Amino acid sequence: AAGMFLRLLSDIQWRAAHPRWRRTTSSQRSTSTTAEPHPVSLPAQAQVVICGGGIMGTSVAYHLSKMGWKDIVLLEQGRLAAGTTRFCAGIVSTARPVSIDLKMAHYSNKLYQQLEQETGVQTGYTKTGSISLAQTQDRLISLKRIASSLNVMGVPCEIISPKKVVQLHPLINIHDLVGAMYVPEDALVSSANVSLALATAASRNGVQIHERTSVSHVTVQKGRVTGVETDRGRIQCEYFVNCAGQWAYELGHSGEEPVHIPLHACEHFYLLTHPLEKPLLSSLPTVFDPDGRIYIRNWQGGILSGGFEKNPKPLFTEGRNQLEIQNLQEDWDHFGPLLSALLRRMPGLETLQIMQLVNCPESFTPDMRCIMGESPTVRGYFVLAGMNSAGISYGGGAGKYLAEWMVNGYPSENVWPLDLKRFGTLQSSRTFLRHRVMEVMPLMCDLKVPRWDFQTGRQLRTSPLYDRLDAQGARWMEKHGFERVKYFVPPGKDLLDLDHSKTFYKPDWFDIVGSEVKCCKEAVCVIDMSSFTKFEISSTGDQALESLQYLFSNDLDVPVGHVVHTGMLNEKGGYENDCSIARLSKRSFFMISPTDQQVHCWAWLKKRLPDDSSLTMEDVTWKYTALNLIGPRAVDVLSELSYAPMTAEHFPSLFCKEMSVGYANGIRVMSITHTGEPGFVLYIPIEYALHVYNEVMNMGQKYGIRNAGYYALRSLRIEKFFAFWGQDLDAFTTPMECGREFQVKLEKGMQFLGQEALLEQKQNGVYKRFTMFILEDHDTDMDLWPWWGEPIFRNGRYVGKTTSSAYSYTLERHVCLGFVHHFDEKTGEELVVTTDFINQGEYEIDIAGQRFQAKAKLYPFSSLFTQRRRKDEVELSGYQRE
Amino acid sequence: FYLTPPQVNSILKANEYSFKVPEFDGKNVSSVLGFDSNQLPANAPIEDRRSAATCLQTRGMLLGVFDGHAGCACAQAVSERLFYYIAVSLLPHETLLEIENAVESGRALLPILQWHKHPNDYFSKEASKLYFNSLRTYWQELIDLNSGETIDVREALINAFKRLDNDISLEAQVGDPNSFLNYLVLRVAFSGATACVAHVDGVDLHIANTGDSRAMLGVQEEDGSWSAVNLSYDHNAQNEHEVERVKMEHPKSEEKSLVKQDRLLGLLMPFRAFGDVKFKWSIELQKRVIESGPDQLNDNEYTKFIPPNYHTPPYLTAEPEVIHHKLRPQDKFLVLATDGLWETMHRQDVARIVGEYLTGVHHQQPIAVGGYKVTLGQMHGLLTERRARISSVFEDQNAATHLIRHAVGNNEFGTVDHERLSKMLSLPEELARMYRDDITIIVVQFNSHVIGAY
Repeated sequence: AAGMFLRLLSDIQWRAAHPRWRRTTSSQRSTSTTAEPHPVSLPAQAQVVICGGGIMGTSVAYHLSKMGWKDIVLLEQGRLAAGTTRFCAGIVSTARPVSIDLKMAHYSNKLYQQLEQETGVQTGYTKTGSISLAQTQDRLISLKRIASSLNVMGVPCEIISPKKVVQLHPLINIHDLVGAMYVPEDALVSSANVSLALATAASRNGVQIHERTSVSHVTVQKGRVTGVETDRGRIQCEYFVNCAGQWAYELGHSGEEPVHIPLHACEHFYLLTHPLEKPLLSSLPTVFDPDGRIYIRNWQGGILSGGFEKNPKPLFTEGRNQLEIQNLQEDWDHFGPLLSALLRRMPGLETLQIMQLVNCPESFTPDMRCIMGESPTVRGYFVLAGMNSAGISYGGGAGKYLAEWMVNGYPSENVWPLDLKRFGTLQSSRTFLRHRVMEVMPLMCDLKVPRWDFQTGRQLRTSPLYDRLDAQGARWMEKHGFERVKYFVPPGKDLLDLDHSKTFYKPDWFDIVGSEVKCCKEAVCVIDMSSFTKFEISSTGDQALESLQYLFSNDLDVPVGHVVHTGMLNEKGGYENDCSIARLSKRSFFMISPTDQQVHCWAWLKKRLPDDSSLTMEDVTWKYTALNLIGPRAVDVLSELSYAPMTAEHFPSLFCKEMSVGYANGIRVMSITHTGEPGFVLYIPIEYALHVYNEVMNMGQKYGIRNAGYYALRSLRIEKFFAFWGQDLDAFTTPMECGREFQVKLEKGMQFLGQEALLEQKQNGVYKRFTMFILEDHDTDMDLWPWWGEPIFRNGRYVGKTTSSAYSYTLERHVCLGFVHHFDEKTGEELVVTTDFINQGEYEIDIAGQRFQAKAKLYPFSSLFTQRRRKDEVELSGYQRE
Repeated sequence: FYLTPPQVNSILKANEYSFKVPEFDGKNVSSVLGFDSNQLPANAPIEDRRSAATCLQTRGMLLGVFDGHAGCACAQAVSERLFYYIAVSLLPHETLLEIENAVESGRALLPILQWHKHPNDYFSKEASKLYFNSLRTYWQELIDLNSGETIDVREALINAFKRLDNDISLEAQVGDPNSFLNYLVLRVAFSGATACVAHVDGVDLHIANTGDSRAMLGVQEEDGSWSAVNLSYDHNAQNEHEVERVKMEHPKSEEKSLVKQDRLLGLLMPFRAFGDVKFKWSIELQKRVIESGPDQLNDNEYTKFIPPNYHTPPYLTAEPEVIHHKLRPQDKFLVLATDGLWETMHRQDVARIVGEYLTGVHHQQPIAVGGYKVTLGQMHGLLTERRARISSVFEDQNAATHLIRHAVGNNEFGTVDHERLSKMLSLPEELARMYRDDITIIVVQFNSHVIGAY
C-alpha cells in the first residue's frame, strides 16, 4: 500500500537543488537517487522552533520566512508530509459556513494555485470546482446561506438545479436531489506535495528543516518558552510552534508546564478505485453529498470517496506515540453505509474495481473549529492543530494568520473563533474529548440550524440550582462547559425532540420565550447567570486602580459602590473583552466578563498587570451563583426580602451593595440586568444559592415571578441594541464603531491602552458602524429566520454582515444587528462611515438568497422602555454569545 | 401473504421470559447472572414445558425443559412437580423434619422453591392437593430413611426423577374419587415427557437428562471464538450405548423387535421418559386400569393399543443420566433445549449465535480486499448481507428468542431470511407440525467473575 502513495508524492529532485535541506538518514526513500548529505547536527539556538512537518508546520514556516523571520528550525519526527497530510484527500473546498474558515480556505486556494510556479514543485493543483448536493429543502437552505456569503466574498458560486448537476458530472444520480451548490474555483491538490512545496520555499528563505527528530518536551522558565529538548539535543528558542497534528495534545502535556490542546483523533476512511473503463477526467468536479455523508473526487481515472459516518471510531485516547501513521486496519463493515451512499449517488460505479480502503486518522476539536494561537499559560508557545479533516483547505490561511500573530502580535483577521484561549483545562479531559469528537465528526455532515447545541460532554459545570431549574422544565444549552437555561417548558406542554425541532423557520419554543419576555417586561423574571466569568482584583495600595485605569477605557476611579461598563481594549482600540467592573472598596474591584472569557481575559490581564506581590487577582467564578432579576417588580421583591429600600433614590442604576436577602447575608447586589430592563443581579456565595432562590421565588409569587432563560434575555438585549462581546464585538471593533463613545474616557487624566487609536478615530471617523436593522417585509411565520452572518445590502450594494439577530416580541418584528461599511463604488476601498451614510440608505438583508427590506437605526427605541427611567440610567453591556 | 417484521416479532416474543439474579449491595454472589427462555409452538396446544426455580432451603438454581408426547399432560405434571422432588431430595434431615412438623401442626410451611415463571406457565390448581400428598409421602420416607450421609446431588437427582415417575404411575393405578382428577392422573400416566434439568450451585453444574432434549455449554476460547460442549447424551436410537442398555435389559429373543425404525418397539422416539405407562406396565395392569377408567380413556384408541412384541415390561425408564461439570471462567452460558431446536441447528452454530448475542461481539472475519478483484457492487452486496446478520441480533432482547429466530428463519448462508421466517410462522396449525417441532429453549448466563473467584 505504501508504494502506491509514493505516486502521490511528486518527484523529489528539488531536494538536491536546495542544499539547505538537512536530513539525518538517507536510505529511507527508495526513489532518491542523489547522494544524501551526512546528518547535520541541530543548531544550538533559533528564534523559532516549529514541531511538525505536515501541512500546518510547513505553512507556518513558509509564512514566517516570507514575513522576514529567518532564524527558524522545523523539526519532524518522521518524514515531511508523512502523517495525516500524506493521506488526506487533497480537496480544497471554500464552501464553509463559518466566515473565518471560509477566508482561510479562500486564501489557501489562491496560495496553492501559484505555489508550483513559485517553487517549481509540482503540486498537482487542478481547478475542478465542487458540487454540494441537497437531498432536502433544509439542506438547500443551508447551501443557499453559504452561497450568499461566498458571493459577497467575491468567490464565484451558484445554486444550480439537478439538471445542471448532471451536465457538470454525468455519473451523478439526481432523482432524489432538490438542488445543489456549484463552486467552480474549488480545487484538488496532492496534499503531500503542497506541503513539500511550502517546505521548499521556506527552506530557500532560510528555514532549517530536520527530519527524524522528535521533540520530547518544551522547556519553560518564568512562563516563557526557553527551548526544546529533542532526541538529538537541545535547541534554545524564543518561540515554539506546536503543529504536531494528532500528537499535539500529548506534546502539549509533555512539558513541566502543560499546554492544553483539546483535540482527539478519529479513524477516517476513504476508498480508492481502479480507473473506470473510460477513465474519469481529472477536471471532473468534486462532489459533496452531505445527506449521504460522503465526498467523491476523481483520482487517477478512478474515484476517491470517503465520508463522515454516524458512528465514528475514536482512537489513541490513551495516547500512543507512533512515528508515522501506519496504514491502520481497513474496516469494510464500518465503511458499508458510506459505500451504500456512494452507490446510491453514482449507481454506475457498481462494476468499478476496488483498489484500497484507506484508514487515515484525523484530529477533531470540541467545537469543530481548528485551534490556533498562543498558550494562555506559556508565552511564546504557539499552536496550530486540530483541523477537523479540513487541513488542506485551511492550511495556507491558518499558517498565514499564525505567522502574522507571531510577527505582528495579532493576525489580520478576527480569529477568536479559532483561538486556543476559547478552551481551558476543562475541555482537556480525554474522556470528554473522546465523547465529544464522536459527536463532532458526524456533525461535519449534519444539518446545522440556528441554535443547535452539542449533546455530549454535558453537565460538567452546573449551578447549584441546576436540579431545581431542571425539575421546573428547564431546557439547557452549554457554554464553556457550563449548563445554561434556554427556556422553561411549562408543565403539560411538549416540545419536539431535538432531531425534529431542527428548523430554519419559526421554532417551536416561540410562544414559550414570548411569554418569558412578556413577564420580564410586565412583572419579574429570574435568570440563573452563574456562568459569567468573575475576577476579583485588589492591592495593598493604589496599584490595582492604576493598572486597571491603564487596561480599561472607561474611568474606574469612581466612588466605592459604583459599577462601570467598560471595554478592555487592545492597542488598536479593539475589544479584547467587554465587562462590568464594580468598585468594592478603594483598593478592590469585582469584574464580570462573558463566560468564554475565563481563559482569554485571565491571560490578557496576567500578561499586562505588574508582577507585584502587592496586587492580587483571583478567579472567583465558581464562588458565586448569579441570579438576574429582570422586570419592573424586581425592586419590590428585593426590598421585601431585605427590608431595605431599593428605589432609584436609594439604589440607583449601576450601583453595587452587599446586603442580606432572606436569612443570607453578604449578597452582592448590582443594579444591572444586561438587558436594558430594570432589575438587579444578585451575586450569591454558592452555599446560599438555594436559599436565596427559594426566598426570591416565594416572595416573588405575588408579583407574578417566573423563571426565564437565555433566549428571552437575548431577545431583550437585541431589541435594545445591546452588543455582546464574542458575537457582535471582537478585537477588530472599537467603542467608536458601535456607539459606545460614552464608555470611553479619553480625558481621564491618564493614558490607557488603545487611547491613541480611539483618538484618531474620533478625529478621522470610523470605517464601519454598528447598526440595528428592523426587518420590514418579513413574515415571522412563513419566512426563513435570520441567524447571523447574513449579508447587508445598502442601495443594492453589499456593505457588511449581520452579527446577531432575534425576534422582538415588543416590536413584533425581527431585529438584526450588524456592521455597515462604506466601500468605494469603483475601487472597493473602505471609506469613512458617517451617520448620514447610514441614515440615507435603503437596506436589505439577504437570508439564504432572499432579500428582505430593513430599516436601519443607530439608536434603540426609547419608547420600548415600559417604565420611565432616569436619563443617566443608560446601561449598555452584555455578556452573551450565541 | 406475508407477515410484517412487527407481526413476526410479536409471534416470536409472545412466550419470552427473562430473569436476572438480583444483586444485593452490588455483590452478586450467584454464579448465574440470569436466564432467558422462550418457546415456539408447532403443536396446538404446545406439548413442550419449561421450568425454572431457585432452591430456597439449599443453594442452587434449577432449570429444565420438558418435551411432551401423546399430549401435554405428562410434561405439564413433570414441569410442576419435578423440582419439588429434587429440592426435597437435596434437603438435609433437619429441614425435612422441620417441614414435616410444620405440616403436622398446621403451621406455615418453609418455602422450598422460588419459581421464575412466564405468565403462560400455569400450575393446575385442582391437582395440587394430590401432588402435595405424594410429595409429603416422599419426604416422610426420606426422614425415615435418614442415613446420616451427606447428600449427593447426583443421587438426589436420580432419586427425584425415579420417585416422581413412580408416583405418576401409582396415582394412575390408585385413581381418585374426583372424576376430573381421576381422568387427569390417567392422562398424565398415559402420555409421556422427556426432561432435561440443570442444577447450578456455585461452580457445580449437574445435568440430569431423560430423553432426547439436550444441554449444551457455550465456551469462549482464548481467541474469542465460541465452541460447544455437550452436557447430556440423547436417549434415542442414535445413541449406541442407549440401544445397548435397552437390549441388555431384555431377553435376547426380543433383540430384533426392541428397536425398529429407530424407535423403541417401533413406536417411541425417546428411549427414556416420564409417564408412558404403556411401555412400563404389564398388559394386565394396563387393561385393568383402562377398563375401570373413565369413558374418555376407553374410547381412546391410542391408550387401548398395546405395543407389539410387548413381553417383558418395563421397556422404558425415567431414570436420568447425570453429568457433573465444574464451571470454568470460559464457560459463559448453558443452553437447554428440546429436540425442536437441535433438529434444525448444529450445536456449534448455537454456541456461536448465542455467544455473539450475549457479548454483542460478532466474530466475523474482517474483510480485506488484498489482491483480489472486487467491484464496488460486489463489496456492497457482501456488506449488506453481513449487516443483516448483525441487525437481527438487535431486534431481540432475549437470547432464546434470538436463537429461535435463527432456528426458524436461517437460510443456507446462516443468516436470518425474513421471507423464510415469515412463511414458517404463518403456516396453518395443521401444517406447522410437518415443518417444525415445538421449540423450547432456556439460555443460562454464567458470571465468570464469580466462577473465577472460586
